[in-house]
This record gives sequence, structure tokens and C-alpha cells, in this order.
Amino acid sequence: MEKDQIKQVIAKRVAMELKDGDVVNLGIGIPTLVPNYLKKGVEVILQTENGMLGMGPAPEEGKENPELTNAGGGYITALAGASSFDSATSFGIIRGGHVDVSILGALQVDEKGDLANWMIPGKKTPGMGGAMDLLVGAKKVILAMEHTAKGNPKIMKKCTLPLTAAGQVDMIITEMGVIEVTPQGLVLKEIHPEFTVEQVKAATEAALIIADDLKPMAV
Amino acid sequence: MNKFISIEKAVSQVKEGMTVMVGGFLANGTPNAIVDALAQSGVKNLTLICNDTAYPDKGVGQLIANKQVKKLIVSHIGTNPCTSEQMNSGELDIEFVPQGTLAERIRSGGAGLGGFLTTTGMGTIVAEGKPVVCVEGKEYLLEKPLRADIALVGASVGDKSGNLIYKGTSQNFNPLMASAADLVIAEISELVEVGELAPEAVRTPAIFVDYIVEK
Repeated sequence: MEKDQIKQVIAKRVAMELKDGDVVNLGIGIPTLVPNYLKKGVEVILQTENGMLGMGPAPEEGKENPELTNAGGGYITALAGASSFDSATSFGIIRGGHVDVSILGALQVDEKGDLANWMIPGKKTPGMGGAMDLLVGAKKVILAMEHTAKGNPKIMKKCTLPLTAAGQVDMIITEMGVIEVTPQGLVLKEIHPEFTVEQVKAATEAALIIADDLKPMAV
Repeated sequence: MNKFISIEKAVSQVKEGMTVMVGGFLANGTPNAIVDALAQSGVKNLTLICNDTAYPDKGVGQLIANKQVKKLIVSHIGTNPCTSEQMNSGELDIEFVPQGTLAERIRSGGAGLGGFLTTTGMGTIVAEGKPVVCVEGKEYLLEKPLRADIALVGASVGDKSGNLIYKGTSQNFNPLMASAADLVIAEISELVEVGELAPEAVRTPAIFVDYIVEK
């Protein structure tokens, strides 16, 4: 699969998890593509952690408002009905369980639903930004991520990088399939038709439980 | 009471070794005229409290690039390579704080609270050395309040008494920081007369603002 197609497959499948009226927070990268694939009749309310509910798409060229930006510093628009607020209110919304779904990327995730995505000691430490709060606060956490990084597994038995949060991930969606985090471990629920179960297992360090009713990935 | 001061006077309030809070999120909402002048001033050994370090040539990122900061309390530095370079070389001491925890610590500092309890950071290195408090069977980290000697905030609209309004997403940390410092300087983009702002639209009440700089 080409890089572009990988991103599209993941974003399209993640979009199917969202329900009409959900309050959703999107991380940077693949998660930002998700709104492009929402089914007809599904409208979600996008929260941006720097302080707005009702975030709209990027403005047309020449209509940028320097006071209206997202958490990545990009220009955005405010949809009708949007509201903006300070950072304490924004994170009250996040920690208080008022965000239905948080969609993030990952460096590593493991069998317990532990996630690492904020630092690689000695190499790169961008900081956690709002990720630690989003993980513990959102009702449902979905990882939208490529299955491997340069051929190395990202879905581990146990994360080796410093954690962003312990035991908070609910679902992992990659170009290879859909994995649910359960108390028994990681369950492969759907598999992309281009891959075999053996290939998915080989690309995954963690033990995978194969669902009895394993389905083709709905994309 | 006249709160107006020049940018030069505002910058001269920031003295070597002080702890300074600066509002803004990737420079949106940052009092950029004051910060630009502060970067020119060369005042050093600052402890800087802000959400992020913006960019090397924009916002508080300039203070990092100029090596005016010795300690940084921040949630994200990924947009400014100077910050990680100085961290790796040991020149800059950084305390990483989850963004929601940073906001609430500042709010606590301004609201007279001894801190607050949160599950954010449990099971991570953020929890190291912090007391854990059990409330109704659930464990939380105790996070302490943050205050500063000076807060520099940026407002879209303000009246001459210092009541402030923030447009778009420029609010972010500004109202919190305005409550949590001994001295507060607000940079106002659009200045109006006292009485022109609807009381219920004001986000930072004038009592928090000591000085005003007109942009």
C-alpha cells in the first residue's frame, strides 16, 4: 500500500466510529483527515484544545484570521454555533468527560492499552501538549496510526518509551486492521483484505487474539 | 487611574531572574509587541511560564533563541528547534507540564487554591515525586499552584480601565495568567472607552490589570 492510501484507509475506517453529535478532538497527522470521510447525516462537533468547540475547516486563501487558529497553529474557521474559551475551560471539557472521542497518533501502544507518543529519550522531546489530558479524559480513545514504523512494530507487548498515559486506549486502527483493547488483551476484530492474519501477527510484537467473527476491514 | 505605559516602560518592569508568564498559543494571543521588545532588551536568567515556545523568530520563541531563559515551564516545544537544542546541551532547564495541568495550576495560583487533584499523568514520569491522594476510591495526583512575578497578556479589545476581551482562539492562557501574577501588563489591540464593553462580555476584569500598552 502506498503511504497516501495507508492514510486514507485509516482515516476512512476511523470516521465510521463517529456518531452524529459526537464531540471529537483530533490529534495532528492522520486524525486531521478523518472529517473528510464522515458518512452523510453524521455531524460531529470538533473541539480544539487551544479553546474552541465548533471548529470549521481551513479558510479560503486570503480569508485567514490570525486570531483563529488550531492546536497546530494552522488557520481555521468557526462554524455557526461555535464557542471559544480559555485553556482551563478547554481542559475542563476534556478532563471532565465531555469529549466523546479523542483520536490520536502513537509512537508505541501495548497490550494493556498503555500509550507512548510524547518523547524519545535522548532524541526528540516535543512535549506532551494536551495528549495526557485527552487520554485520561475522553470517553473513547482511538489510535489512528500506521501499523509499523520503518518495518518495526509499534504495537508492543510493553511500551519501552516513556508513557503518555497508562491503560487508556480503547481501539487501534491501522492500515492492516482494527484492534480492540480488552481486559484479555488485544483482539483483532477486522483485517484489511490485502493482508493475511499471519502478516498482521508478524507486524505486531504484542500477542493478538483473533476474533471468532473476524471481519474484512470495512473501508 | 491611568494605567497606560510605553512599551519601553513595560519591558523595564521585567528584571533579571524574574518569573514571567506570557499568554498565547503558538503566538496567537501573545502580547507580541511587548515580547518583541523584551527580546531586544536582552534581560536574562528568566523563568518563563507559557504553553509552548512558539517559533525561533516569533512570540516567546525569540526569548529562547536569544538565550534569555534559564528555566522553562511548558507543555510543548516541538515548534522551536532552539528549545530542544538548549535542553540537550544543558543550558535550559525544562519542566514539562501537561497542558490541562498547566492551565489549572495557573488558575489555582490566581484563585487562592493550594493546588488541585487530577488523574492526568498517573503512571507516567509526570507523576514522579508528586503526592497521590485517594478520593472516593480513585487516585489522583496533587498538582501545586503556579504564580509569577509578572504576567504579560494580549487582548483583542480592552477598555481604558483594563477590562479585556479575546477574539477567536486568542483567549487561551491569557485570563488565567492575568489572575496569577504580582504585576500584570496587558497589550490591547483595539482600545475603547470605559463603558463601551458589555460587562458580561468581559473575560478579564480590569482589577487584574496593572498596566496597559496600546498596540
